Amino acid sequence: MMGKKTKTVKVINIDLEKCNGCRACEMICSAFHASEKYSSNNPARSRIRMIRRPLEDIYLPIYAGEYTAAECMGRDKYVIDGKEYDECDFCRASCPSREAFKEPDSGLPLKCDMCEDDPPQEEPLCVKWCLSDALTYEIREEEVEDEEEEEQKDLTQKEMERSIKALADRYGLDKVANSMARLLKKE
Amino acid sequence: MRYAETGYNLEIDLSSGNIEKVQTDPALTELHLGGLGTNARILWDRVPPETDPLAPENLLIFGTGLLAGTPAPGANRTIVTTYSPQTLLMAYSMMGGFFAPELKYAGYDKVIFSGRSPELVYIWINNDKVEIKDASHLQGKGVVETEELIKQELEDQDAQVASIGLAGENNVYYASVEHARSSASRAGIGAVMGSKNLKAVAVRGTKDLNIARPEKFIELCNEVLDYIQWRADNPVQHVPPILAGLGSPQEMAIHDEAWHTTAFSWGNARYRRKEFWTEEVEDEWFRVQDGAVQRLISCYNCPMKCGAIIAYPTLELSKYMMKCYSKLTYVMGAMADNLEFGFRIAGLAQGYGVDSYTAPQVMAFAIELYENGILTDEDLPDFPADNEGRFFYLLEKIVRREGIGDVLANGVYWAARQIGGGAEAYDSNTIKKHEQIPIKLGMLNPVFFLMHSTGEKINITQIEGQLPQAPFPEKEDREEFVKDWFQAPSENIKDFFVKWEPRGEYAFPYFPDFQTACELVEWQETMHYIDDTTGICAGLSSFPIKPPYHIHNLPTLISAGTGLDIDKDELWNKIIKRNRCLLRAINTRRGLRRKDDRPPEDHWKKRFPEHEAKLLDEYYKFKGWNSEGIPTRETLRSLDLDHVGEDLEKRGIYDDGQKDEDS
Ligand code: SF4
Ligand code: SF4
Ligand code: SF4
Repeated sequence: MMGKKTKTVKVINIDLEKCNGCRACEMICSAFHASEKYSSNNPARSRIRMIRRPLEDIYLPIYAGEYTAAECMGRDKYVIDGKEYDECDFCRASCPSREAFKEPDSGLPLKCDMCEDDPPQEEPLCVKWCLSDALTYEIREEEVEDEEEEEQKDLTQKEMERSIKALADRYGLDKVANSMARLLKKE
Repeated sequence: MRYAETGYNLEIDLSSGNIEKVQTDPALTELHLGGLGTNARILWDRVPPETDPLAPENLLIFGTGLLAGTPAPGANRTIVTTYSPQTLLMAYSMMGGFFAPELKYAGYDKVIFSGRSPELVYIWINNDKVEIKDASHLQGKGVVETEELIKQELEDQDAQVASIGLAGENNVYYASVEHARSSASRAGIGAVMGSKNLKAVAVRGTKDLNIARPEKFIELCNEVLDYIQWRADNPVQHVPPILAGLGSPQEMAIHDEAWHTTAFSWGNARYRRKEFWTEEVEDEWFRVQDGAVQRLISCYNCPMKCGAIIAYPTLELSKYMMKCYSKLTYVMGAMADNLEFGFRIAGLAQGYGVDSYTAPQVMAFAIELYENGILTDEDLPDFPADNEGRFFYLLEKIVRREGIGDVLANGVYWAARQIGGGAEAYDSNTIKKHEQIPIKLGMLNPVFFLMHSTGEKINITQIEGQLPQAPFPEKEDREEFVKDWFQAPSENIKDFFVKWEPRGEYAFPYFPDFQTACELVEWQETMHYIDDTTGICAGLSSFPIKPPYHIHNLPTLISAGTGLDIDKDELWNKIIKRNRCLLRAINTRRGLRRKDDRPPEDHWKKRFPEHEAKLLDEYYKFKGWNSEGIPTRETLRSLDLDHVGEDLEKRGIYDDGQKDEDS
């Protein structure tokens, strides 16, 4: 028999009208995720990216979503209120077609983790630093069917899997396997 | 590992095309911090004082602030330093926006340009890859267009570009360097860039910037953000709305211009129009501004939104970005009552890259000369009859150095002397050959007298700050004000403020005592000098009343960011004093003397020559300078600048001063 249970949904609301283009969100995301928290920052490592074209009045914060090995079959291009966005501007994927959402040095994919932390942060850091309220945070409970859930893997494991998959896509599985083997031998 | 700074400068010799990445000496950071401090040191060490500002031997230094690019909110300033073709002294002007953080992420603290390129070029800095690129197709292009074209050409929308317009290319003495919504405008830095045949610098960086003590640093940043939010709900009382909040004056967000339009002078810094701001004007100006401002925008990592995207149907160019009160400078200079004219001409002028303080004053000066028969129809063929038309006419002549424009392009001081025939008398608002804010007041203000006279920036807005500009009439209000004035540096300054009255015993000019006057000046100036080294925007620090950054948290912030251990005393009495004296020495070596330390003649109606002389004497003493305003050898020695004192002595500069005094 299937029962009901509640699930927490975390939402970041984005109000494009309120964005002033300051890039504090990018800066603080990268600082928060530095290997000792806040020990360095680099917006190129951020899991939120500002697409900014001031003279076209385009101010678009986009969150990093799933990694994808291959680019889409087709592209989308939006025009909203007369503003022409570029192809793929609204997409969250870390995708081979573009630079965004990859670590600048290793090319490994980046993904927004809602600033998961122990103990948990009050709100995601990008939201906290966005004093203009272009980004606001909301948590709500939703009822869902209590199906057999995918086993909860811990976060690092998930990240590892994603990274290895990305490396394999980039350099070929053989090469990655070989390197791993070499590394293991050294130890 | 280096913290807050990258530890590398980029040296680009435009004559030979040689590019080098040079590691910097950490000892210099300890002595001068970064930004203005180390810029000044490089200028002192490497550019001889005889150098013609527009000669290839002059250096043009784009220095990032020490904390620029770190999480410190509003730390985004690029300090551009060189010798000024207009004042002939050291020029330094700061620009906000996004350039400095990007340069840090590319791995550099400064870009230092020397020489002169044989052809017009631009520089593309993409992390470790640095290229000198042909810019012949950008010749004559406006700065907004230049920036767009370069980004397209580089296929990088995230590149940050600083560029010059036609004015810089033609070495106009008040040409600016423009970048996004910001500019380094004062003292002709754009002309120096033009003289090097350098059209633009584009930068993109994707490297890490390190913080020494992350936990402490971020804690302080969070306090700053909290206080910014608190201040948004708690504006300062008893001051004009434009001065009540944080940031650069909120010209784009606030349309109440009662204060600027009635307190500042119109025309060639001549007329006050105390009755100007009426309800009708307010309605009309509100309508115009509301129609023009498309979005309020910020600099890097700052919530203040001091700038705006301007889109106006009648604009000659489609859109541009504006800040501060450039919307008013042309309107007031032209005695035009219409704000729309302000938005139109400011856009055009910014595209050409001229300083929006100086340019309108030069034009207003030219109109006065014309109206008084000193300039004639021969000098100004087909000169329009209306002032708005005249301003457009003059702008075109100046940026091209065409006809009379070639003379006016040198600014009021030089133009007056070149034109002659009595034109000097119309040079009413310059200090050290540089146009000043158009304010004319009644009673001498001893504190502002010292700041106007002695400031090395030669621009009051870069020296003043934090202190309300006039006393509050009611004692209770003053007492209320100091209750949460934790930013004040000492009890003495709070006492001064509580006592300070509009008239009577505790009023200007003989109040406050010399010591307090000197302390007030030094405090305000020191706060600016700190910002100029850290790259924190004055709009969150030295300029507004009750700012989030102040003398009590900045030493800790700098220490946590860099890993140095600097307390208030070290910061104020050693590092900043050292930088202050070094700047003074640089200008002394370029000929600056006591006679140059003066405000515009008619800045105040009521002057007190004896008292003013005494004020200067006392202030020089307070600073450890001699009676010519030259830092003494002992002072320089105590600041680890003995080599500077030695150089001044070798050049006979101390005897010079002595001789002047004896004669
Ligand atoms: S912090 Fe907020 S206002 Fe600033 S760029 Fe990000 S979304 Fe826009
Ligand atoms: S929620 Fe956290 S991880 Fe996601 S973009 Fe914002 S700061 Fe980065
Ligand atoms: S306070 Fe204003 S001018 Fe200063 S950094 Fe912030 S947005 Fe820029």
